[in-house]
Amino acid sequence: MLKINKLHKSYPIGDSSLHVLKGIDLSVEAGEMVAIMGSSGSGKSTLLNIIGMLDEADEGEYILDNVPIKNLTEKKAAIYRNKFLGFIFQSFNLINYKNALDNVALPLYYQGLKRKERIEKGLFHLEKVGLKDWAHHLPNELSGGQKQRVAIARALAADPKLLLADEPTGALDTKTSHEIMDFIQSLNDEGKTILMVTHEEDIASMCKRIVRLKDGVIIEDTFVEQVRASQYV
Amino acid sequence: MKFLFERDTWQEVYDSLTKNKLRTALTMVGVWWGILLLIGLLGSARGIENSFNRLFGSFATNSVFVWAQSTSKPFKGFQEGRQVQLKISDAKKIEENVEGIEFVVPRNQSQALVVHNFLSGNFGVNGDYPLLDQVQKKKMIQGRFINQTDIDENRKVVVISEEIYKQLFEKDAEMIGEYIQLNGMNFKVVGMFETGNANMGPSSDIHIPFTTFQQIYNMGENIGWMMITGKPEYDISQIETDAKLILKNLNKVHPEDNRAFGSFNLGKEFAKITGFLTGMQFLTWFVGIATLIAGVFAIGNILLITVKERTKEIGVRRALGATPFEIKRQVVLEAVFITLIAGLLGIISGGSILMLLDSLYGQGDEAMLVNASVSISIVFVALIILIVLGTLIGLIPAFKATSIKPIDALREE
Ligand SMILES: Nc1ncnc2c1ncn2[C@@H]1O[C@H](COP(=O)(O)OP(=O)(O)OP(=O)(O)O)[C@@H](O)[C@H]1O
Ligand SMILES: [Mg+2]
Repeated sequence: MLKINKLHKSYPIGDSSLHVLKGIDLSVEAGEMVAIMGSSGSGKSTLLNIIGMLDEADEGEYILDNVPIKNLTEKKAAIYRNKFLGFIFQSFNLINYKNALDNVALPLYYQGLKRKERIEKGLFHLEKVGLKDWAHHLPNELSGGQKQRVAIARALAADPKLLLADEPTGALDTKTSHEIMDFIQSLNDEGKTILMVTHEEDIASMCKRIVRLKDGVIIEDTFVEQVRASQYV
Repeated sequence: MKFLFERDTWQEVYDSLTKNKLRTALTMVGVWWGILLLIGLLGSARGIENSFNRLFGSFATNSVFVWAQSTSKPFKGFQEGRQVQLKISDAKKIEENVEGIEFVVPRNQSQALVVHNFLSGNFGVNGDYPLLDQVQKKKMIQGRFINQTDIDENRKVVVISEEIYKQLFEKDAEMIGEYIQLNGMNFKVVGMFETGNANMGPSSDIHIPFTTFQQIYNMGENIGWMMITGKPEYDISQIETDAKLILKNLNKVHPEDNRAFGSFNLGKEFAKITGFLTGMQFLTWFVGIATLIAGVFAIGNILLITVKERTKEIGVRRALGATPFEIKRQVVLEAVFITLIAGLLGIISGGSILMLLDSLYGQGDEAMLVNASVSISIVFVALIILIVLGTLIGLIPAFKATSIKPIDALREE
């Protein structure tokens, strides 16, 4: 699904620069569910953003679905993001003046789908996250968990191959976190490849593989026995 | 261009513009006001010009009236204060010797008691050649103006204005072929013309043949004044100077005597007013366009702020797959849309103001404004300019919106 080789990334800070990723090697197969862990500032988000083509590496190789991602024009990157990737953010990032349905249907708009089709698909995915009845509510009328579920529905709308989540449960309480994880696990069961950043051990243990970062390098990469979130729900 | 016809494109525009209605409205004020000024002032200027043209339309504007007064300098044995008398021969000489002359029309005028049946009045009576009709167009309502045969045969015929008709005749009475008395002599009425809106020089309501006038008033070769008309391509002021110089020479007047001949240069007066009107139009365009540009810049500025505020949202959209072009397109469309709506509102309010002005000042014969309006083509041009300006100004925030990397946009709070 994706393959990363000797990836480096630095941020310029004043005259000097901060070397954040110092040669990352990682490959993920289709159907995996990977947690990226590490202390704050270890470069987790940076790695995820590069994988998500929101940012670019300075050095190294990144191949996504057999396509080398290198020097993409913004337009190409946008098209890949739209086709391959679904993003789930810690702070949901819903558009606050659009209702839940319109938020979910937005990636489909950029896919060039007709309105009718978008509404159909949007409703389908909202139903999947159990929020069909909330379709016409604005984000500020929803709870945090509901918002994240809308965001997940939006990430799923374009039927991406890879879901990227940066601390998807970071803004939620434990119970809601487990509900969200339960749902994400069911998506993985259906075959979606999932990469998520977290620094909560119990959330990480609900994935199938844990990658630990420290000071810009991978210090541990282990496959684990998945803890089902459903037992807590 | 397909996207222009999609509901969602406009939904997006609508959503983002209604998010902050007050600001959107304030944004539009500049362009609205600019267009309103442009339409209102251009329309009014046109109205004034129209009323002016209606007033002077019947006159050959490239003309000057010349009459004789008394000298202010002694010359060739004559003392100052001598009364100068214009002759027909003076008119002939001017016609022959001044470059660029179209017509020279000698005229005479006197007061007469005019009687018809039991109605009478004291009016100015003019002795005129048919040529007068060329320089001071008479709109005939009935009959004809004086013709050459009248002149050749010293006929006792008269052409009167509608005004005189109203004063001397019963309502709806037949008058062609009727006789009226001028100082006791019978004159046959041969024509009636529309009373002019503007009178240049002495009242011009009753005309008899020049030769007849000469005879009954014993004028000999004397004339009262003359109207000189220049060909359109010649400068009427130069003609005036040249003609006066010849007149001074013929009448033994000191070349620098400025009092001996009086004149009224219609061309110069006309030029002053048309100059004023042109100036006003120019000013209108200048003020209007400057306001418009300021207004469009204001729109660009506000959109820049809006785009800045929406940085994060734009980042989210890009994460979801919006291409930079799609983002730019949307911003430009918003710019054009606001500009256009503001412009249309300006056109509507400018048009309403013109309608109001028209109902206040545009009615009747003496109206200050005649048909105060702007042509559709000006409106059209204004709209096209707005679209172009809106697009150009929209490009600035549009590029701003996509100049930042998606990741940085997402990080924005
Ligand atoms: N745009 C940027 N400019 C400069 N430095 C940056 C930028 N983005 C991140 N950094 C720095 O890079 C390092 C790694 O950041 P990153 O966001 O990847 O950490 P993280 O592992 O996600 O941490 P956290 O758990 O706190 O989210 C940090 O030291 C951060 O300060
Ligand atoms: Mg992070």
